[in-house]
Amino acid sequence: MSGTMARLVLFRLGVMLVSLVIVAFAVFFATEMLPGNVVEILLGQSATPQAVAALRHAMHLDQPAFVQFLHWLAGLLSGNLGHSYVNNISVSTLIGERLANSLRLAAITTVVSVPISLALGITSAIFRGSLYDRIVSVVSISVVSVPEFLVATTAVLIFAVQLQWLPALSLTNNVHGWFGQLKIYAMPVMTLSFVISAQMIRMTRAAVIDTLNTPYCEMALLKGSSRRRVVLRHALPNALGPIANAVALSLSYLIGGVIIVETIFDYPGMAKLMVDAVSTRDIPLIQSCAMIFAITYLLLVTIADLMIIVSNPRLRK
Amino acid sequence: MAISIPSTRKYGFRMNVVGAFGALIILFWVAIAIFAPHITPYPVGKIVDFNNFAPMSSKDLLGTDYLGRDMLSRIIMGARYTVGISAAGVTLACTIGVTLGMIAAVVGGIFDNVLSRFMDALLSMPSLLFGLVVVAGVGSSIKVLILTLAVIYAPGSFRFARSLAVNFNAMDFVTVARARGEGILYLISEEIFPNIIGPVFADFGLRFVFIVLLLSGLSFLGLGVQPPQADWGALVRQNLGGLSYGAPAVVFPSIAIASLTIAVNMVIDNLPQRIRDRIEQ
Repeated sequence: MSGTMARLVLFRLGVMLVSLVIVAFAVFFATEMLPGNVVEILLGQSATPQAVAALRHAMHLDQPAFVQFLHWLAGLLSGNLGHSYVNNISVSTLIGERLANSLRLAAITTVVSVPISLALGITSAIFRGSLYDRIVSVVSISVVSVPEFLVATTAVLIFAVQLQWLPALSLTNNVHGWFGQLKIYAMPVMTLSFVISAQMIRMTRAAVIDTLNTPYCEMALLKGSSRRRVVLRHALPNALGPIANAVALSLSYLIGGVIIVETIFDYPGMAKLMVDAVSTRDIPLIQSCAMIFAITYLLLVTIADLMIIVSNPRLRK
Repeated sequence: MAISIPSTRKYGFRMNVVGAFGALIILFWVAIAIFAPHITPYPVGKIVDFNNFAPMSSKDLLGTDYLGRDMLSRIIMGARYTVGISAAGVTLACTIGVTLGMIAAVVGGIFDNVLSRFMDALLSMPSLLFGLVVVAGVGSSIKVLILTLAVIYAPGSFRFARSLAVNFNAMDFVTVARARGEGILYLISEEIFPNIIGPVFADFGLRFVFIVLLLSGLSFLGLGVQPPQADWGALVRQNLGGLSYGAPAVVFPSIAIASLTIAVNMVIDNLPQRIRDRIEQ
């Protein structure tokens, strides 16, 4: 790795850290602004002024907001996410299993959808303008235009109600065996793959075609290489950066953006946990969930940017 | 990557059949949204049939919903909420995003850096979740929905407009204008905006699609437009029970959403090459 590249990589990591601090700041103050007084909600009927003041003191809510912020940030850095206001269970316990569920769903969806979308995107760039290309593009436009709850409910209607092949809900606890697990994940994964693939296909195709318009690809074509060779050997390595970016953006959707899928299939993931936390004003839980979503997004975007830097042959010396 | 159609005049605007068809569908829904109260066959809340989930008939062209209300009237009124809220949201988002994006590109320096980092931070929140949190926290009203949608989509618009404007900012005619001593307002409105208007217009359309889908998603979860008003997403939610009978009450609102969003995509994909040449970067 050359000096220029190392410097760029370090700079990019620095940018990520700065963004992370800004996100933490935004998350903290946005949740502080949520209306509704936590202390009064917690005390309910017994919210006398004295009790309110005492509990506010005990929860450090009587300190200035910035001091609270620093407290919270210090806790975050030392891995102490605080305790849920609602049931006093530690936030890390509440999040642990949900996060594992979300990551599992995201991982399966990634394994299914990324190869398929890249293959479709690249092949439709190879056969650009053919019937195949047009069918892929029309289908992906239609899929990206349809609300995901429509895809999900249609899938339930066909596979759970009509054909009765798959269970409509994902109660992951009491299912054993490889086949049972497969059945549970089939519909959520299918819906999510539909939603994120369309974007990846379109961006991959656009990135490859963009590089095909460069002089060196034209040159390769003029020298007599086949279209397939030009795409795979000359265009694709240079399109890696934009493709990685598209994949990262689509994947960042999988952790937090899946709320509709989690709701329809009753899948116990992070997004539902956070929405529930909002309705109970469980601020430590909301903050931790929001931070996890933001960190995932920043990680993915940073990895994509690093791939652009690393895959750029001009920086490799 | 459609075949480019050479345009003869400077502002010549020609579209192929697919694009024109998409534009026609958009116009149709806009007209419906504007004239909605005058063209509904029945009052929106009126129960016209004692059959719920009635099939299509000459009396109720699109059948009835879960309470026996006329679906056609409800979809026509729903167009008002879906199209209206989305249009207001996307206009607000793009006005804020594009203006700030151009200013950031022209001013540069610390202002640009701070604003860009801040927008990136906003972008890193999942949009639907952000919407849910705000709506669950503040309560849902049409004003809140429009503002939330605008806040969610302004950062993306900012990034897009900024990346376009930065290129033009380095060009000679902007340098010349700056040397003449023109202010920021002149630079962005006279020198940069006319040059990026095409891609910005296409971005506007794409963002409109995202907003329609997000609004429908919120309403589908019961956190968007509140009863007795109902947009198309809320109509799908209300009539979800009819899904297993294939009731028209759940099919048609879905078709309405899909037709609108697909139409916008059709128009964008078939914009003349000159306008869309930067969009897919």
